[in-house]
Amino acid sequence: MTETMAFVVDMLVHATPLLITGLAVAIAFRAGVWNIGADGQFIAGATAAAWVGVSAPPEIGWLALIIALIAGVLAGAIWAALAAWLRSRFGVLEVISTIMLNFVATYGASFLVRGPLQEPTHVYPQTAGIVDGAHMPILVAGTRLHWGFVIALVLAVVAWWVMKYSATGFRVRASGVNPFAARSAGLIDVSRVTAVAFVVSGAIAGMAGAIEVSGVTFALYENISPGYGYTAIAVALLAGLNTLGVIGTGILFGALETAAGAMQRNIGIPSTTASVIEAIVILVVIAIAQLRANRVTGTA
Amino acid sequence: MIDGTSAFLEGVVRTATPLALAALGETVTERSGIINIGLEGSIIAGALGAVVGAGYGGVWAGFAFAAVCGCAVAAIFALFAVTLRADQIISGTAVTLLALGGTGTLYRILYGSAGAALNTPTLDPTPIPLLSQLPVVGRALFVQPSITYVLYVLVPVVTWWTYRTHAGLGLRAIGENPAAAIAAGIRARKVQFLAVLFGGLLGGVSGGTLVLAQAGTFVEGMSAGRGFIAIAIVVLGRWNPLGAALAAVVFGAASALQFFFQASGSNLPYQLFLAFPYVLTLLALAATRGRTNSPAALGRQDFEQ
Repeated sequence: MTETMAFVVDMLVHATPLLITGLAVAIAFRAGVWNIGADGQFIAGATAAAWVGVSAPPEIGWLALIIALIAGVLAGAIWAALAAWLRSRFGVLEVISTIMLNFVATYGASFLVRGPLQEPTHVYPQTAGIVDGAHMPILVAGTRLHWGFVIALVLAVVAWWVMKYSATGFRVRASGVNPFAARSAGLIDVSRVTAVAFVVSGAIAGMAGAIEVSGVTFALYENISPGYGYTAIAVALLAGLNTLGVIGTGILFGALETAAGAMQRNIGIPSTTASVIEAIVILVVIAIAQLRANRVTGTA
Repeated sequence: MIDGTSAFLEGVVRTATPLALAALGETVTERSGIINIGLEGSIIAGALGAVVGAGYGGVWAGFAFAAVCGCAVAAIFALFAVTLRADQIISGTAVTLLALGGTGTLYRILYGSAGAALNTPTLDPTPIPLLSQLPVVGRALFVQPSITYVLYVLVPVVTWWTYRTHAGLGLRAIGENPAAAIAAGIRARKVQFLAVLFGGLLGGVSGGTLVLAQAGTFVEGMSAGRGFIAIAIVVLGRWNPLGAALAAVVFGAASALQFFFQASGSNLPYQLFLAFPYVLTLLALAATRGRTNSPAALGRQDFEQ
């Protein structure tokens, strides 16, 4: 395999969780829900999938993978539903609640991999390897590239279609653009629509976690997410919250992270630089959008 | 005599101090109608700034540079959220990301690729004569590093400034009704910018406290969500400086519990205690029903000047 080919494979493997969590964030933001908690939802999904993966009997074969993915989706949805419920029932700002839940998920996973779910020898802070049936099939033979990438692409296209052409998508966009107008125009129960979008966003982030475990790590580790949920915000914003655009920006950031890892190994540039670049991307995008908007209203 | 209770109370005040400092600053920021989610960024920048400053001129140079770094990060946020009127939530999140990544990168550049362990001078607890002899709370409140005493002075001063001065009235007016404030001749954007800088300054000092009064070193990501907890504390404190300080004590207690339980030899998993302050934040926010009593125009951008 050539070096370029290896880079492309690495890039797409890295891009997969970013692309899917980017979709999760894009959908939430479109609905006017500031879900900063894709990281926690990712960890919840990864944990549930790993749990299924290590406890599934080998006889059930690939059914283990299906159950693991479903478990991941449910866990992510539940984790987001907590914040959605706190928002709708108690008016708790979701920015704060989702960040708090990120920390709780991190410590929860840390507890599990050092406690009930720790691998049998009780030496390493990780679970045992998941059963073979729970492994995501490989997409390109001889590489690490798995079918999770294809799932990510399909999700992006489906989300794009739903957002653009379905009545549900219209309700989500209307609720996000102007909740007051959407409410007074009737027919849209804004708090319900945003709550559903929030939970769907969590479900998608949870699926990203499940796919990462079944396709890349094959076990749950303490720091399973190096901050995917935060990078996802840059991915979604750079794409203008368009889920088709997320494919492009997800791959771009996958390349960025791959290159950052390589730079750290080869020339000692710290990998934390990647999050600096992400932050600058977010700031530049909002600055351009804002300057344009301010010019339109003539108040720049 | 140091018994278990008074050691616990000392721990409560010690852990509450950086939270209270950050929450005090954010209270002023939010009173101007701006919610600065980038506070976390000011705290971590302050922590790194403290290490750098202390390396040149000791503890107080560390605090000074921490304040400057916290301010600088807040200035970036203000540039976007106030000057450009970009979304405050997104700007704040990006600034936090920038500061967390930036401090990690700078730390490795300045102190070696692995981030070699380095120790800064730290503030020792300074007993205050007489007051430290008070029963039960004496040691907890008055045998603390001097930065805690700075906090004791700041709380009444900020309270007085906010409620008893013309400038404080102007600040609150912008947060409640920007259009009316502007009509009254207040330069709303300028005041908001300064309010964000003040929040960043105290955020920086808060980060400096983590290093110079507690850890004695810098660790990547050592702010550990305190900026977000401080924002929750502002809500609990009802956007009132004294309220914020008292709410910070509740969170200090939540964090100090872990030392208490570890000392008592409990078998409960330690992650439970690490997660507790975050769970408490959620419960507390739910209990206060979110944004009631918040400045009416908090987070709004739709006014002209």
